[in-house]
Amino acid sequence: MMTTLIYDGTFEGLLTAVFEVYDRRLDRVNLQKTDLGTDALFEDKLQVITNEARANRVLKGLKQKISSMGVQRLYAAHLAEMDSDANSLLGYIRYAFDSVLNIEEDYGNRFVMRVSEIVRMVRREKHRMEAFVRFQKLKDDTFYAGVEPDFNVLPLLIRHFKSRYADQKWIIYDLRRKYGLYYDLHDTQYISLDFANVGKPADVIAAFTEDEGIYQHLWKNYFTSVNIPSRKNTKLHVRHIPKRYWKHLTEKI
Amino acid sequence: MNVDRITEKLNILADAAKYDVSCASSGSKRKNENKGLGNASNGICHSYTEDGRCVSLLKILLTNHCIFDCAYCVSRKSNDIQRAAFTVQEVVDLTINFYRRNYIEGLFLSSGIFKDADYTMERLVRIAKKLRTEHNFNGYIHLKSIPGASDELMNEAGLYADRLSVNLEMPTEAGLKLLAPDKNQADMIKPMGYLKNAIIQRAEEKKLFKKAPIFAPAGQSTQVIIGATPESDSEVLQSANYFYKNFNLKRVYYSGYVPVLADSRLPALNTSVPMVRENRLYQADWLMRFYGFNVNEIVNDSQPHLDLDIDPKLGWAIRNMQAFPVDVNKADLQMILRVPGIGLQSAQKIVSARKFAKLNWDQLKKIGVALNRAKYFITCKSNEFERRDLTGSNIKQFILATSQSKYLKNTQVQLNLF
Repeated sequence: MMTTLIYDGTFEGLLTAVFEVYDRRLDRVNLQKTDLGTDALFEDKLQVITNEARANRVLKGLKQKISSMGVQRLYAAHLAEMDSDANSLLGYIRYAFDSVLNIEEDYGNRFVMRVSEIVRMVRREKHRMEAFVRFQKLKDDTFYAGVEPDFNVLPLLIRHFKSRYADQKWIIYDLRRKYGLYYDLHDTQYISLDFANVGKPADVIAAFTEDEGIYQHLWKNYFTSVNIPSRKNTKLHVRHIPKRYWKHLTEKI
Repeated sequence: MNVDRITEKLNILADAAKYDVSCASSGSKRKNENKGLGNASNGICHSYTEDGRCVSLLKILLTNHCIFDCAYCVSRKSNDIQRAAFTVQEVVDLTINFYRRNYIEGLFLSSGIFKDADYTMERLVRIAKKLRTEHNFNGYIHLKSIPGASDELMNEAGLYADRLSVNLEMPTEAGLKLLAPDKNQADMIKPMGYLKNAIIQRAEEKKLFKKAPIFAPAGQSTQVIIGATPESDSEVLQSANYFYKNFNLKRVYYSGYVPVLADSRLPALNTSVPMVRENRLYQADWLMRFYGFNVNEIVNDSQPHLDLDIDPKLGWAIRNMQAFPVDVNKADLQMILRVPGIGLQSAQKIVSARKFAKLNWDQLKKIGVALNRAKYFITCKSNEFERRDLTGSNIKQFILATSQSKYLKNTQVQLNLF
C-alpha cells in the first residue's frame, strides 16, 4: 500500500515526515507539499503536522548517521524547494538511517546521487549571488541590492556578506520571494519591504547618494574597456551570465 | 571629482591592461579584521566580458607611459597612443567604491615602466600600502613585480599583496630578445627568485608564530604570449614546467597573441587569435598540475605540438593504448584520472562510490563521466564494453564523428560574417 504524506514544505516538516515513516512503520511512501486531491484506489493519505520536538529527534538521529557537513548539504538541497524532489530527500534520509555505514559518498545510490546534483545546483546559485549582487548606495549609507535567484539561497548568503561587508549597512532583497537580509553593522535579520509606498523597486533610484550614478557609470565604462572584440564569444558569455540575471547587473542594463 | 577626466583615464588604462589575462582572485586566505572592509578567501568572478573572460578584479595600469619598446605591447614607447596616469588616491577611491558595490574582488595593478624599475615599483607598493593600512581593506590585491626592482621593495610588496606576478611574455629567451630588446630574462627572474624564497621563509615563520604577518599568500604567477613567436607547444610547456618546478608558481597563463600592432617581427594584423591552441595549452597545463602527467608524456621531441582536434588527455590515451582498458571498479585513482572523459570530480566520486558497490554504465553517466570518450577506455560492472580491437586512430575518428567541436562552430559563425 502506498501512503501519500502531505507536509508544509519546511525542513522541520520534512524531518517530521521521516518521524511518521518510522513511527507508523510505513514502507512505500510518496511525500508531497500540497494535496493534489487525487484519490487513488490503493492509497492512504496522511497529513504531516510539523512538530519541532519530533523534527529535532530525527535531526539528532541523523547526525549520528551522517556528518554535520552532510546535514548542511541536506538543508541546502531542501532550499531548492523542488517539490518533485521531496521524495529524493526523504529517500536519502531513510537510506542513511537504514544503513550501518555512512552513505554520504555512495554515489551509485540514486538518492545520494540526486541529492548531490541538487546540492550542486543550489551551491552554484549561491555562488552566483555572491558574484552578481550589485549594491547601490542609498542616502542613509545603506547599500541595497535586489536579486531574483532561482532557488531560495538568501539564508546561505549571510555568512559571506556579513564577513565581507562588516563596515557598511546592506540589504539584499529577494524580489521574487519578497523578503530580504538586512545587516545593521552588528547583526543580520530577515526583513520584508513594502514597495507599495514607493511604487516599484526601481524607485529606490530616487534615494541614491550623489556619487552612486558616477560609480555605476565608471563601472559600465570599465566593463566595456576590458572587452577584447577580436575574441568575441557570445555563447561563452551567455553561459557564464545567463540572460535572466542581466536586469540586476549594473554593467548589463 | 572630475568625472570626465576619470572616465577617460579609466578607459585608457583598463584598455591597456586587458591583455594581461590573469584575473584569479582565489588562493588567498586573508580575513576581514577589526570590522574592516572585505576579505580574500574565495575566488569569485563578478562578471564576464563579451569575449567570455572572467572579470574578477579591477585590472588597470597605474600609467601607460613606458620607457620600453616591446614589439608585442600596445603601450610601447614608439606607439602613438593616448597616455594617461592615475594618482594614488584615484586608484584607491576606485577600488574601494567598486568593492563596496560588490563589482570586484579587489585590485590588479600593473604599470608601464616610467623613469626606472624602483620608481615604478615604489608607486605600486604605495597604493597597496594605503589600501591596507589607511582603509583597512582586506580584499584581494595582485601587484606586478617590475623586473629589476630592489629586494627591499619586493619584500614590502609581499607584505601588502596577495599575489605577485612577473610576465615572462616570451617562452624562450630568444623570443624575448627578438621582440623586447630592452628587457632581459635574468632581470625578470630575479624578483621571482627573491619572492619564492621569501614566501617559503615567511610561511615557515607563520607556522611558528601565529601572529607573523602573511606574505603574498596567493603566491606568484606569470604569463607567456602564444603565437607571436614561432615556439612549439613543447617549448612553451617545458618552460612552464620549469617555472612551476623551480619557482613554485601557482599559475602560468597562456595568452593567445592579439595582433594590435603592425611590425615585421610579428604576425600580420589580420591574423586570428590562436584561441584553440591557447585552450589546448591550458588543458595540458591542467594535466601537469592536477592529473599527475609528466610534461614529457604530453609533448616531446617526436610530438612537439598538441593536437588541435582533440584534447591532450585523449591524445595521450590513443598513443598509449597498451594502458587500457581500465577497470574503474579496481584501478588506482591515478589511473582513473588518466581516462579521457573522466575529470577530477568524477574520478573522486568513482573511488568513493565503489567502496559501497561496483558501478555500472548508468551510474558512471550519472556521476558525470563523458561516456562518448570514456567508453573506449574502460570496463565496469556490465557485460557490455568495447570488444573490437580498435587502434588509436580508429577511436579518434569515432569520437570526432560523434562530437561537435565548439571551435568548428565558432569558425563557421565567423565565416558567415563575410
